Amino acid sequence: MNEPLTFQYAVDGDNFTSAGQASVQVKKVLRRLGLDPETIRRVSIAMYEGEINMVIHAGGGEAEVRIYEDSIEIVLRDSGPGIADIDQAMQEGFSTAPDNIRSLGFGAGMGLPNMKRYTDSMQIESTVGVGTTITMRVDL
Amino acid sequence: MQEYIHSVSLDASRCTGCTTCMKFCPTEAIRVHDGCAQIDGSRCIDCGECVRHCTNNAKKAVCSEFSQIAAYKWKIALPAPSLFAQFSGLDDVDYVLQGLLDIGFDDVFEVARAAELVSAYTRRYLKTEGIKKPVISSACPVVERLVLLRFPSLRDNILPIKPPVEVAAEAARAKALREHPELSSEDVGVCFISPCAAKASYIKNQCGSYKSNVDVVLSINEVYFQLLNVMKHIDAPAVSTQAGMIGLGWASIGGETSALLSDNNISVDGIHNVNEVLEKIENGSIPPVDFVELNACPGGCVGGVLTIENPYVAKNRLKTLRRYMPVSLNAVPASESYIPDEVLAEPAEYTNNNRLGKSFGESMRLMVKIQQIRESLPGIDCGSCGAPTCRAFAEDVVRGKADINDCIIAYKDLIRQYITDKNRGERTDDRGESGST
Repeated sequence: MNEPLTFQYAVDGDNFTSAGQASVQVKKVLRRLGLDPETIRRVSIAMYEGEINMVIHAGGGEAEVRIYEDSIEIVLRDSGPGIADIDQAMQEGFSTAPDNIRSLGFGAGMGLPNMKRYTDSMQIESTVGVGTTITMRVDL
Repeated sequence: MQEYIHSVSLDASRCTGCTTCMKFCPTEAIRVHDGCAQIDGSRCIDCGECVRHCTNNAKKAVCSEFSQIAAYKWKIALPAPSLFAQFSGLDDVDYVLQGLLDIGFDDVFEVARAAELVSAYTRRYLKTEGIKKPVISSACPVVERLVLLRFPSLRDNILPIKPPVEVAAEAARAKALREHPELSSEDVGVCFISPCAAKASYIKNQCGSYKSNVDVVLSINEVYFQLLNVMKHIDAPAVSTQAGMIGLGWASIGGETSALLSDNNISVDGIHNVNEVLEKIENGSIPPVDFVELNACPGGCVGGVLTIENPYVAKNRLKTLRRYMPVSLNAVPASESYIPDEVLAEPAEYTNNNRLGKSFGESMRLMVKIQQIRESLPGIDCGSCGAPTCRAFAEDVVRGKADINDCIIAYKDLIRQYITDKNRGERTDDRGESGST
């Protein structure tokens, strides 16, 4: 099968409490495909962190999950402020999250590092003032 | 894997096919076809939500009958801590213990005693280096099955200590054989008096990696009225409780965590809340905690479907009962630091029965079809087709378990289209006739 199985989710930027729902949906699909628990966990963490980032920093966006026979690709696209310094953003503990978000326990500066840690590859394309697209891949 | 024996069952003669239970089922295990609900045993976790919500009393939790204990020479009652919270005006648990003897048991062994030991061992376990955190309580059998079926990556987080009822059953049997050498193990009937149906399933299916020491599971409501009758006549109980506040506290949510004597724990009750928290633990999206107490029933065990009293009333009664109790009567020596082998137990093995097809490739192909059908459906999850969601319905159609025309919304559109076409056809006919005259 060459065509990937594709799922699209809108990540609502106005509703912080519902952030993380796309991750739950993807997890359900992966369970039905019979993937091993560890792979499912990695995908759902990467996806969850990405979703939270889009809600905190970019006012939402869209998530697309493509399932191939040998890998899972997660593409997160937003039209937010963009990331000025990607190397800096990748450092553990670096965060630009506002105080009100931090008070909820988010904004620890672990989002992007975790996404990298739990996936096999990650690319960030970002233009300040235009938006960010992150593509992650988990090999099966 | 052997077929799982369930305690939740359906009385088809009472079922009206109303879909209420289907809507509340947390694992989408129920379908309604031909006006009657059906439970998919491979998905059911015996949580009792359907029993709780059925308006026709068609859903039942099945346990043993009282007469079954007659088969044993030496009958031991294992009252769950929640039993004591069922009685109005009770200020001393000893009356219930005496009552159990008076209705025909030869001995009573409180599960609360074992709960205090489990609490002590859990405190030890939490100090172990290298364990997976948060540690998930092993006490609720529904939660354990839910974790194994839906959150298998969290299997190793489950506390590897037997639930209190099992620890109690083992100790009670050993005590009987020690005190009565004339008895053989088969003569001893260990009878758990349970607030929930899931315990009965857990024991029948030999969940976990060991054989259960419980022989019979009776529901609280099976013994409640008998107990009421005899308790009225007790002047001074001849037995006294051998458990304290900690053990009794296990009856409601928060009891198990408060017994850990530390702060970094959370307690969650209600199966839908439990599900949500497990999702978050799996995503790593809750702040790091050491221990999570998860109870499927609202309010904890006092909210079990086999209880008599409202869970919140019962919870309040526990306060009265606990007031003048010692903290705990079952301590483990502070000089020891190990956990004895006989209380340790791994959770059951994970078996992947979530997969749609036989292989990943087949599952992918089925999923593509499901997606296609799903997109053609209205997406309002009305349940009229007999499946809880449009997605579940799409899956049923692909697996040949439902017909696409079961979707009444799609069917309505089909009929509307038919009528429109028919009307249009008639108008054309009219014009045709008028033209000819």
